[in-house]
Amino acid sequence: MSMLNDLLARPLRLLVLALVALILMTSVLSVVPEDKQVVVLRNGEVYGTVNRYKKSESFGNSGAGVYAKIPIFDQAFTFDKRILGAKMTDERVLTTDQALLEVDAFARFRIVDPVRTYTSIGTEERLKGQLVSILGSSLRNELGKRSFASLLSAERGNVMANIQIALNREARRYGAEIIDVRIKRADLPTGTPLNAAFERMRSARAQEAATIRALGEKEAQIIRGNADGQAAQIYAASFGKDAEFYDFYRAMQSYRQTFLGEAGKNAENSVILSPDNDYLRRFRGR
Amino acid sequence: MNDKNYANSSAVSGTWSAIRRIGTGISAMAGNPWGSSGGDGKDGKSSDGGDGPRNPWTTPGPDKGKARGPSALDELLRRGRGGGSGGGSGGGGSGFGMKLPDSSKYWKWGAMAFVAAWLLLSSVHLVPAQKNGVVTRLGSYSRTLGPGLNFTMPTPLERVQFEDVLAIRELKIGAGGGDVQNFVLTQDQNIINLGYEVRWRVRDPERYLFQIAEQEDTIKEVAESAMRATVANFTLTDAIGPRRAMIESDVRRRMQEMLDKYGAGIAIEAIQLQRAVQPNEVTDAFKEVAAAQQERESNINRSRAYESRILELARGEAAAFDKIYEQYKLAPEVTKRRLYYETMEQVLAPLDKVIVEANGVTPYLPLPEIRKRAIAAQQPVPITVEPGQ
Repeated sequence: MSMLNDLLARPLRLLVLALVALILMTSVLSVVPEDKQVVVLRNGEVYGTVNRYKKSESFGNSGAGVYAKIPIFDQAFTFDKRILGAKMTDERVLTTDQALLEVDAFARFRIVDPVRTYTSIGTEERLKGQLVSILGSSLRNELGKRSFASLLSAERGNVMANIQIALNREARRYGAEIIDVRIKRADLPTGTPLNAAFERMRSARAQEAATIRALGEKEAQIIRGNADGQAAQIYAASFGKDAEFYDFYRAMQSYRQTFLGEAGKNAENSVILSPDNDYLRRFRGR
Repeated sequence: MNDKNYANSSAVSGTWSAIRRIGTGISAMAGNPWGSSGGDGKDGKSSDGGDGPRNPWTTPGPDKGKARGPSALDELLRRGRGGGSGGGSGGGGSGFGMKLPDSSKYWKWGAMAFVAAWLLLSSVHLVPAQKNGVVTRLGSYSRTLGPGLNFTMPTPLERVQFEDVLAIRELKIGAGGGDVQNFVLTQDQNIINLGYEVRWRVRDPERYLFQIAEQEDTIKEVAESAMRATVANFTLTDAIGPRRAMIESDVRRRMQEMLDKYGAGIAIEAIQLQRAVQPNEVTDAFKEVAAAQQERESNINRSRAYESRILELARGEAAAFDKIYEQYKLAPEVTKRRLYYETMEQVLAPLDKVIVEANGVTPYLPLPEIRKRAIAAQQPVPITVEPGQ
């Protein structure tokens, strides 16, 4: 109690004491959070790991938390424990049918063996770079065996599975596990290939337009034909009742049309009639 | 002795009144002791106490307004250093010597207040309704706090990261402003220009925080790859037109599968295609197709017009014939003659008429002469009728 009193009476000493304790604590104790894993080196040799990734563990039951190390002798290297991404962009790939493609792809991976990662390649960044270059070459290999069309079809899944297997084999050496590989983009490069594709699209459209026009004409013809047929049917049904009378009736109509219709009206028509004409029958008093 | 007891009890109970009283102590400490007016330690407890430095030194917790304690700590440290060096040189002149009992009282209060505020601010959390708080105890995941008032251990021991679990977040891909085109290949090797929006939500905050790095980037990449894989199963016309909704749901499903495979704790709420059109480069050709479509329609329409005209005409004529025929049946001979004469009347009335004898006899008048004269004289043409033989 007297010591405490003494200390409280001299806050400076308390403070210095607290600081010393803090410095000691921080140099001995370190915290590894849930999303990190640590490789501890003692005298330059790998001594152990803290919070290393294990497949079956769950959050809260992992090795995350406080660990102790000896100052100066121990060194800690921290690696991410989460799923990381490695991006590959604008890789040019030539397919079997000589189509040039610009491919973006990505891999999702996790460092599952940080010791191996540390000893084989050192840092996370370098691991990423390594994976990207492996991804690029295995992508070129795999896509180079395929045709352009097959990349667009269901076979694509197969391609990705093959690449993942190849990539995983390599990644294991660096203590990483590939979780997923995907083609993000597979496009025709700008310039000639892209313009050629546009030209093809244009000509396809032109053809479609021509087809549509022709179809329209066909349908129009059919409609007209049907109409004519139906009209003939209507006429026949009506006129067919008496062909003889129809002939007479139609002749009368036709005369009117010829001589009185729009065409006949203005023309200077003359008619020369024979007295034998039926119309003039009564002329002769018969 | 009384002071000390009081300080101890306040540290334990941590009541508000105590904090308030200690707070005045902090203010006192926060007053600049090095200032020209700081000749006497007691004078520090003046009204300008609140104007001390306000550097919030590593104080966690959402409530920064209350984080005045650290500034006092800064002051403590500075005083500590000053006092340490001043101790050797006697330190009589300045008059605020650390070993004065009056001064040390404030020290105690300040320290207590600082600790109490720290404890309070870093262990009481009011989690907003739409958020969850992920608690880590010395780095290790401990639990997830729901909305409401929650308590944790103070900061160095437990930390809380808040994550919004209700808000739908949006990620736009290829849907930026301007003329940016986002080309995607379709099944029929055509190119489509796509812009879309991904709506997502954090489902499991602890997974979201601890399972995947670069969360937004991950979602973006997953979205792009899912979209391309999906569109590769559709033809251009399908993707532009009728099956857009199918693409949206397909992409959503694919994305969710991939993210679940990663255990990312992310829920994809919706994909919305904002733009699914042909590239600008081929727009004219597409318009041509639309024009052809229109042309086809109008062609058909014209035919339909023809059809109805022809049919109605036929029906009309047939109806007229039927009516006449009905009458004709009643009195065939009379009707026929009547029709004949009526027609002849009408037909022949306006015409020049010449009646000639049939047996190769020349006409009585030379027809061209008649015409000429008729035109010159503007008079009716005489009708020459040869009476019966």
